[in-house]
Amino acid sequence: MSVINATVAITGMNAKPDNPGPGLSVARCLRESADFQGRIIGLGYDALDPGLYLDDICDASYLLPYPSAGDEALLDQLQRIQQREQVDILLPCLDAELPGMIRLLPALTDMGFKTFLPTSEQLRLRNKDRLSELAEMAGIFCPEIKAITQAGFFYKCQEDGWSYPLVVKGLFYGAYIVHSADEASDAFHKIAAEWGFPVLVQQMIKGEEYNLTAVGDGEGKLLGPVMMKKMAVTDKGKAWAGISIDDQPLLEASVALAKAIRWRGPLEVEVMRDQQGHYQLIEINPRFPAWIYLSVGVGRNLPLTLLQLASDQSPDAFADIKAGVLFIRYAVENIVPIAEFESIVMQGARHMSNNSPAGN
Amino acid sequence: MDQSNEMKPSSGSELFPPLDVLNRLAVSESGFVFDPASGHNFTVNETGLVLLRLLLKGQRLDQMLGTLCDEFDADPREIERDVIEFVSVLRENVGA
Repeated sequence: MSVINATVAITGMNAKPDNPGPGLSVARCLRESADFQGRIIGLGYDALDPGLYLDDICDASYLLPYPSAGDEALLDQLQRIQQREQVDILLPCLDAELPGMIRLLPALTDMGFKTFLPTSEQLRLRNKDRLSELAEMAGIFCPEIKAITQAGFFYKCQEDGWSYPLVVKGLFYGAYIVHSADEASDAFHKIAAEWGFPVLVQQMIKGEEYNLTAVGDGEGKLLGPVMMKKMAVTDKGKAWAGISIDDQPLLEASVALAKAIRWRGPLEVEVMRDQQGHYQLIEINPRFPAWIYLSVGVGRNLPLTLLQLASDQSPDAFADIKAGVLFIRYAVENIVPIAEFESIVMQGARHMSNNSPAGN
Repeated sequence: MDQSNEMKPSSGSELFPPLDVLNRLAVSESGFVFDPASGHNFTVNETGLVLLRLLLKGQRLDQMLGTLCDEFDADPREIERDVIEFVSVLRENVGA
């Protein structure tokens, strides 16, 4: 394949150890590929997002306005970034960004950003409240899930066959395991305050968590699947260590899911293997996971595949599935001079010297 | 050594994990075992490694006991008990 020499803007530079965003890992995958020689622009929402300050990963960094600021504010900032950086490809890495980015696709295309995103219909099909339908299409089980708007549900749900523990979830992020109606009601209000309505409630499945990440080509094919079993998790249930696996039933279910919704773009399939050995579909995330660097570890650099697709190139052939490769995450302190922090706080931007095409 | 009367061995196949499950295991010389489908790993001692290799050769329980009784100086009933216990733990480890 030809070397990609593009400027790529990547969102999700947040990386708190208990729940890191995927953007930093996506950028690291590209940076370490011999087939990528371009520039990386890191995009974040908070001045303390660590990826914004990592010179070996990002050539420049910018803050974006929170989605609550509206489409116009986002487009204005992206326009400023585009004028300065001449970005070729935009890779949004956070769930909550996708509806807006898809809605604004014509404007983003006019500005010169290439993307490889799902359609709004594809995004809707994998919504957490539609998992049962999808699981049926894929021929796997799915714990019962319900969208609710009132905490009163938790005080009478046992009459309808629900039993604690339950998982209370936001439509985009956030999940709490709850063991009583009071605990559930508390979780409901926290999630509603942060992510709005509806709040989702799912029957808790006991078992082991397995994940698959890949890129959907938009035609129904799943490209470069990488499967992983979580070996250690943070308090928020995020992978802290994991090992690559080669499991045919998980692969077949994921291939069927991608085919059913003709998924376009990166995705993560989360399943639990219950005590009877059945896979239960928990979530389909419309983005790479934070553990995407494992794809480099197994010889399938999926962010590079995404970049190839966004650049209208055919993806490289994939190495065989490789089981038995571990990742073990760690937290590290980066030293940041106050002037760089100031630049992000005051200007919403930071540049490595000599790396901006605008020259300053 | 003929222990068939004392041990009343069955074919053993109903006790053993399926051969296709055993065949997928990566078994190292150190006794570290990795199941690439489930991601589980576990360790076996030197004797466990011998047992696992016999299982991987597709030996039935009676064949295994014959081999082990030839190799180890121990009460055949004790050997049979140990093998059955090993196989039971192995089944749990490979989820079969």
